[in-house]
Amino acid sequence: MTDLSRRHFIAGAAVVATTASAGIPAVHAQKRGGTMRFVPHADLKVLDPIWTTAYITRNHCYLIYDTLFGTDQNLQIKPQMVDKWSSANKGMKWSFTLRDGLKWHDGQPVVAEDAVESIKRWSKRDPLGKLLAAHTARIAAQDKKTFTLELAQPFGLVLEALGKPSSNVPFVMPARIAATPDSEQIKETIGSGPFRFVKDEWQPGNQVVYVRNPDYVPRNDAPSGSTGGKKVNLDRVVWKYIPDPATAAAALEAGEVDWYEQPSIDIAVRLEGNKDIMVAIQDPRGTQGWIRPNHLQPPFNNKKARQALLYMVDQEKYLQAALGQPKYYRTCPAVFTCGGPFETGAGAVKQDVNKAKQLLKDSGYDGKPVVVLDPTDIPLTHGAALVSRELMTQVGFNVDLQAMDWSTVVARRAKKDPPAQGGWNVLFTWWIASDVINPAVHAGISGAGSSAWFGWPENGRIEELKIQWARATDKAAQKQIAEEIQKVALDEVMYVPFGQWVSPTAFRKSMQGFLQFPAPVFWSVSIA
Amino acid sequence: MIGQIGRRLMATIPVMGVVAIAVFALLHITPGDPAVIIAGDYATSDDIARIRAKLGLNEPFVTQVGIWLGRIVRGDLGTSIFSGLPVSTLIRQRTEATIGLTLFAMLISVGVGVPLGVLAAWKKASLVDRLVMLFAVSGFSMPVFWLGFLLVYVFAISMHWLPVQGYRPLADGVWPFLRHLILPAVTLSVVYMALIARMTRASMLGVLSEDFIRTAFAKGLAPRRVLIHHALKNAWLPVVTIIGIGFALLIGGAVVTESVFALPGLGRLTVDAIIRRDYPVIQGVILVVSGVYVLINLVVDVLYVVLDPRIRY
Amino acid sequence: MALSPPVAADFALPAPTARAGALDTARRALLRHPTLIAGALTLVVILVAGVLAPLWWTGDPLEMKPAVRLRPPSAERWFGSDNFGRDIYTRTLYGSRISLTVGAAVSTLSLVLGTTLGLVVGFYRRLDMIAMRVMDGLMAIPAILLALALMALMKASVQNVIIALLIPEIPRVVRLTRASVLSLREHLMVEGARALGARTPRILARYVLPGLVAPLIVQGTYIAASAILFEAYLSFLGAGTPPHIPSWGNIMAEGRAYVQLAFWIILFPGIFLAATVLAINLVGDGLRDLLNVR
Repeated sequence: MTDLSRRHFIAGAAVVATTASAGIPAVHAQKRGGTMRFVPHADLKVLDPIWTTAYITRNHCYLIYDTLFGTDQNLQIKPQMVDKWSSANKGMKWSFTLRDGLKWHDGQPVVAEDAVESIKRWSKRDPLGKLLAAHTARIAAQDKKTFTLELAQPFGLVLEALGKPSSNVPFVMPARIAATPDSEQIKETIGSGPFRFVKDEWQPGNQVVYVRNPDYVPRNDAPSGSTGGKKVNLDRVVWKYIPDPATAAAALEAGEVDWYEQPSIDIAVRLEGNKDIMVAIQDPRGTQGWIRPNHLQPPFNNKKARQALLYMVDQEKYLQAALGQPKYYRTCPAVFTCGGPFETGAGAVKQDVNKAKQLLKDSGYDGKPVVVLDPTDIPLTHGAALVSRELMTQVGFNVDLQAMDWSTVVARRAKKDPPAQGGWNVLFTWWIASDVINPAVHAGISGAGSSAWFGWPENGRIEELKIQWARATDKAAQKQIAEEIQKVALDEVMYVPFGQWVSPTAFRKSMQGFLQFPAPVFWSVSIA
Repeated sequence: MIGQIGRRLMATIPVMGVVAIAVFALLHITPGDPAVIIAGDYATSDDIARIRAKLGLNEPFVTQVGIWLGRIVRGDLGTSIFSGLPVSTLIRQRTEATIGLTLFAMLISVGVGVPLGVLAAWKKASLVDRLVMLFAVSGFSMPVFWLGFLLVYVFAISMHWLPVQGYRPLADGVWPFLRHLILPAVTLSVVYMALIARMTRASMLGVLSEDFIRTAFAKGLAPRRVLIHHALKNAWLPVVTIIGIGFALLIGGAVVTESVFALPGLGRLTVDAIIRRDYPVIQGVILVVSGVYVLINLVVDVLYVVLDPRIRY
Repeated sequence: MALSPPVAADFALPAPTARAGALDTARRALLRHPTLIAGALTLVVILVAGVLAPLWWTGDPLEMKPAVRLRPPSAERWFGSDNFGRDIYTRTLYGSRISLTVGAAVSTLSLVLGTTLGLVVGFYRRLDMIAMRVMDGLMAIPAILLALALMALMKASVQNVIIALLIPEIPRVVRLTRASVLSLREHLMVEGARALGARTPRILARYVLPGLVAPLIVQGTYIAASAILFEAYLSFLGAGTPPHIPSWGNIMAEGRAYVQLAFWIILFPGIFLAATVLAINLVGDGLRDLLNVR
């Protein structure tokens, strides 16, 4: 059963991938100009990419900022703003030289100092950045175009860090803006990217407007992922936030918008039948769903109670409820995603409700209500919440399902207080594959306790293993350590994966040049 | 008369004061915290505490109220916690859509509701009367969004006559502006129309039973002339009152309608702000909307005085 | 043998029997207020459907059957199924419980609280000034914005929805009651009662309340109708009753995304909602005519 669905899944992704790349004709055949009207999956609220991991902010920044390195369609790191780089002394000293012609939106040239300050700010917040900083002795600009990075200990992920594709992305900003303390948000939106942000036309909750940056000098390579030549074929990009999914879909069908980022899967299936609309897979690597317990508060401060959660889950049931359309999802026990380089079944368990009941009893659960956060505005997490309520009740939990919208979840999940005072016990979320694909980027397997991602698991062993992994030099060793990490993560129940899926995106056939990447890409596309 | 108007104006100030304080109080009873959302995903409790201090959220309640009231009086409605834009800018960006929608809806409601009410009053107790009244009652018994979806499905999705959603500012041209507002305005107007029809009918019935109407008929004047020139002219006043009171209903309906049709109006702005606990925006919008409501009622009262020489405060 | 002129008594109809009189009154009432009776009957049907929901061929309103999701109405599923495979017919019938409870609770509570406040305020001059300013202020805020703001402060539950909807309604009831009290306060009856030494609560109960009953009942029906509608609006905007317990409002809210795919999710609860609110409004109108309330 799993094999069959897996084949469908990969076949589907492949078909769409070829169709999508077939949509990129030779560059000279593409029209230039015009306005693209895009419906984003959320409302843009925060403009600072280091401040938040929210995907909407990341997407906004890909338009107006550029990165030193990027990740291409095959997960290879390639240079973007960097022209030449070298590493000496067995990878302990790195030197990077910027490309010519890079300018800020206010006309000033981009200098090495800007890159250095941007990296510093990013590495204060991002888990991979922190890891890099912990291994770095010194990072400094040598002259206007070159900067160097000296490691204190061996670290195999320097380029992976600088080319990290998803939240938080080390976007490059002017040094003076990057100097803003990481506890505050940046106030200006000057970047060096292929588009400029038109702040005067920004209407929060309604629209965001970008215009082409005429000073941008793209690389000469073909675009792939966040690498290659970012040639812009549009004059303007307008993000129209349409919160009602049926209205957004109808707008796409009527030609009132050109690209709908995240139609619900049911709607996407319907749109597939429309001859003017193309449904593609935005990121074939997929997305992983999480059930995250709060390790600080009872009952889930007790390992047995957490394991009851692990044993109650039947991924198929979750995926059916959360997504509904089998051709878009698959079950997957791997913490680092199926189809990724560190996929493994180590430590995974099969559903066993009786065992779950026993574990709960053994944990000494006192019957107090367990607060489960249910964001009803996102069908995915809402479905997961409803299934959880059913299964948890079966296992013997006293479930208090609390409905709210996603922004309220975001506010509430930060609270470490007991649930009765505004905290929580169980929440649901999802991460794209790039964000969970290896132990260095995966926020969910951090055992750092109260400074870990919401849920705050504490486990010293996993932290050691992660450092070992970062220092491992050969693939075999990395795989083996990754397996070990997964075993610990699942045994501790840092979170329970409830499945993996791909998200469709839909656009009118008049739009060409679509590229697959975790974030929607606005260079290379054109409107006929 | 000026004195009366002046007195009425003065009476609105304590009302607005109460609104202001009530709105402020409402939001500050909450345990929900904008500081947490602003602080971002990696915030520590120190970060959150620092942000709270910066926003002035730790000051005693009375101090915060005082500061806020002081700023309001100077016309400064504060800054949105989330977008960093001034609240007055946000309101200004959204006003055109809501005013366009509301006025258009009111026009349709009055334009259809008044004649229906007159008709029902004239043909009292007949089938026409019962049908009109049934239609009117159904109008405000239906959920606005349900009607909206129905209309969108029929007129936009099936027949492609009108756009599904969205808004074109007046600057883009009168016809695009109107075209995008037709479905939302019709949806919104149904509720209002029902109220106006009922009120007009009730008021007309009252006037039609008066002696001077019987005299007019006895004189041999055509029914239409009697109805419009004699009866309606005198029945206007309660209808004007209903227009004022109905404004609050319209705003409520507008909140929902803007959500269905993706119109960038004040209603949606407020809903988003409420959900995010963007205090300055919530306070600013509720204050402005309530202020407009109070103003409209004031205008209605003044019209009363002006139009009906019999009334003197 | 002289013919006497006919007298009125000759033309008298036979006196009707008592029983026939009662039936006659009922029949006449029906003919005079058909909409009132129709509305009342509809309400009774919906009430019975809701209270006795398990008896009307329903299933489990919470049961998810993803294998049969988004199915159109058919013989097995009269109103179709939603995106989780839940039966819409069952949920709609159970949903009437929540919607009717909210309507009844908001209406009753706002009447009780509003009347009490209105009576107190009407009688004690000093409270009057402040209280009326506060009431005016509250009434100046559009009801839905006030209810939304209140819901944003509290966690989603049926109780909190009732509280959030009841607060905007109280000022109107207070006004109504207060107006009545003010006009009656100066009435001779009351003066006389005072002179005789009757205390305030007694005066209120004996003289003021009876006159208020009729308008309050009528107002109550309108409040109930509006509360049921507003619960739907709050759910639509995401601030209503908790989603796994069906109410007409949140069934439609969840069906929002399926307008083109599965319109039956929105259609049927919407029909029930409109019918109920319409019925209540008709009852209210009918009562107003019947009880001669202005």
